[in-house]
Amino acid sequence: MENFKCECGHMNPIGTVICESCGKPQDDNSNLLDMKYEGTARRSIVKNKTIIDKIWNFFSSVKIAIVIILITLIASALGTILPQRDLLPPTANPDTFYKDTYGVFGQIYDWLGLDNTFQSWWFMLLISSIGVSLVICSLDRIIPLYRALKNQRVTRHTNFLKRQRLFKISSTKNEEEQLNLVKNRLEKKKYKVREENGNLLAEKGRFSRWGPYVNHIGLIIFLFGVLLRYVPGMYMDKAMWVQEGQTKEVPGSNGSYYVQLHKFIFETYDVKTENKIFRKSIERVGNDRIPKNYQANVTLYKRVGNPIPGEDPKLKKVKDYSIKVNEPLQFNGISLYQVDYRLNEMTAFSFDLMNKKTGELFGPIKVDLSNPKAIYQIKPGYKVELKSYFPDFYFNKAGEPDTRTKNPNNPAFVFKMTTPETPQGEVAFVAIRQNIEPNGQNKYKMAFAGLETKNSTGLSVNKDYTLWVLSIGGAIFMIGLIQGMYWYHRRIWIQRQNDEIWVAGFTNKNYYGFKQELKKIFNDTDILMPEDQVLDKKSINTGGEHVSN
Amino acid sequence: MKKNRLIVRTAILAILIAAIGYTFYINFFKKDEVIAVNDNAINFEIKDINTKKTYTLSDQKGKGVVINFWGSWCDPCKHEMPFINKVYQEYKDRGIQILALNANESPFVVSKFVSDYGLTFPVGIDKDQNILDLYGVGPLPTTFFVSPNGKIKRIKIGEMTEESFREYVKEILPN
Repeated sequence: MENFKCECGHMNPIGTVICESCGKPQDDNSNLLDMKYEGTARRSIVKNKTIIDKIWNFFSSVKIAIVIILITLIASALGTILPQRDLLPPTANPDTFYKDTYGVFGQIYDWLGLDNTFQSWWFMLLISSIGVSLVICSLDRIIPLYRALKNQRVTRHTNFLKRQRLFKISSTKNEEEQLNLVKNRLEKKKYKVREENGNLLAEKGRFSRWGPYVNHIGLIIFLFGVLLRYVPGMYMDKAMWVQEGQTKEVPGSNGSYYVQLHKFIFETYDVKTENKIFRKSIERVGNDRIPKNYQANVTLYKRVGNPIPGEDPKLKKVKDYSIKVNEPLQFNGISLYQVDYRLNEMTAFSFDLMNKKTGELFGPIKVDLSNPKAIYQIKPGYKVELKSYFPDFYFNKAGEPDTRTKNPNNPAFVFKMTTPETPQGEVAFVAIRQNIEPNGQNKYKMAFAGLETKNSTGLSVNKDYTLWVLSIGGAIFMIGLIQGMYWYHRRIWIQRQNDEIWVAGFTNKNYYGFKQELKKIFNDTDILMPEDQVLDKKSINTGGEHVSN
Repeated sequence: MKKNRLIVRTAILAILIAAIGYTFYINFFKKDEVIAVNDNAINFEIKDINTKKTYTLSDQKGKGVVINFWGSWCDPCKHEMPFINKVYQEYKDRGIQILALNANESPFVVSKFVSDYGLTFPVGIDKDQNILDLYGVGPLPTTFFVSPNGKIKRIKIGEMTEESFREYVKEILPN
């Protein structure tokens, strides 16, 4: 048995507070009625429970929803206290960072897993629970509410009227005339007025009651958009570095697109060239200190054919483009954004072969740091051989010169110099500001003659087909918010009881505005303006409270 | 009516659980490895730094192939090279091919490394690390062992010992 019978004969689902048909409140006191969901029963209040019903009931509870939201809030807040693991500075060792930097607190933080809050399974579980709760709470309430409002009767039980916040009994001699007057005024105020046995129900702004649900639909679409990101091909966020002169494959394009960087331009504001009115602002920070432009002049290529990886691809030029901040290069759903840069990276060293005694110079030779040659012939009889090259030089544990990485951060060379004067060759170890001669006194040395540098651009490679879903979700969210905030659901019941006229009023928010409207409507009539039963009891002005769904 | 409600609820819950389950699977259970054991090895070609001869993986069918990704600055790679060279000498006539891919260093550094260590198997430069990315290699060294049928038998991340390397090579010996 899951229904019960009201005295009017209507069968109501269990949990109903106000009879769906006649409006009789099912409790026996005289407090003001709670009009939440029109006193209907939530759909999940069922006696016979299967496991599905139990899960459903759990998520349909607003109290549970609030608890989940609170836990998520607290977890998010805790997650911002210390830096997250994936956002640590690149030099930090994540395993010791928390202990070393924050002591015991950091250790506990790390141990609790808060160092990885936002990527953790439990955080994702919380977010998903909010999503599930959103769907089920909404469904559970909107369906009965919609039915109740659609089927509402004009004539309501007297107890229903009595227990509305605005209520008054008046008596008049010419009921018909007075009611018609009020009815006309209500219609002028854009109320929809229905009549039944001489009783009136005036209603407007019911549409406002759907606001929260429209809002929830927007949220659900938004969450769905976030889920879409994980579907392969929908979302991509990668990065690439290109040095001037280099051509690199665009990651995530399956090798079908390549980008060549011609020039990276970094400009600052200079008082000499800018309009005089900016002088003060520029000098406040310092001349040449405020960035003006980050620009990568590139050419986009498309690969022709389907070469085996490792084979040199054949490229066809697509277009030239200048990538600036907020002006990405877009092709095939992919956007390349300017996000980072490195200036003056060492790419080549020049040396002169120098006779130490006479100071006579031979050369220069240019050593390309990413592709050095083995032999540099200067002129007949004069040559320099590269014996070893350490792009990122340091002394290893054995005390030998070695390289830390393959990047030319601190290049060092072992040269063998041969001249007619030194036909056996002389060996020298050359690093930045170092010149070591293992065999004692050399006659010749490699004299530093210049440095060539290039700039690099850091581009982010983005693809996002979920944006339109997020926008639609966001727009619906806003529509729902506006709908619920700026419209009011107002109802007035006017009922004839013998010689008396009973008037009751309800609005889901802004009783102050409602009363102002009613004052005008009942002005100069025999029907008295309904009294605010809350205000009379508390004698305080409560303009906008008592918001109910 | 009651039955319908149960069906509708079950359907809605099923959709929600499917969506969440999918997200969890992608985020927490799906391996990031681009290539897994038993996959077909992705084809590629390299040019041997010394002989300038081109080696294509697909041409090695019928042979067991060891693909070794290395860099001259990586100490474990340096430890491995002598015994890889030794084991190659033992097994090269029994159908084992070794292809070593350097992670985009300069030809000078790579040829010096090859001659310093006296390497006898083909060593090529993986320009821009395209093949390395294709194989989803993280740390160096990483070694793939490919069976004669072209399927990946084993992926070894990090330094090997001579014994373990010899065992792995035996696993992919052609009959």
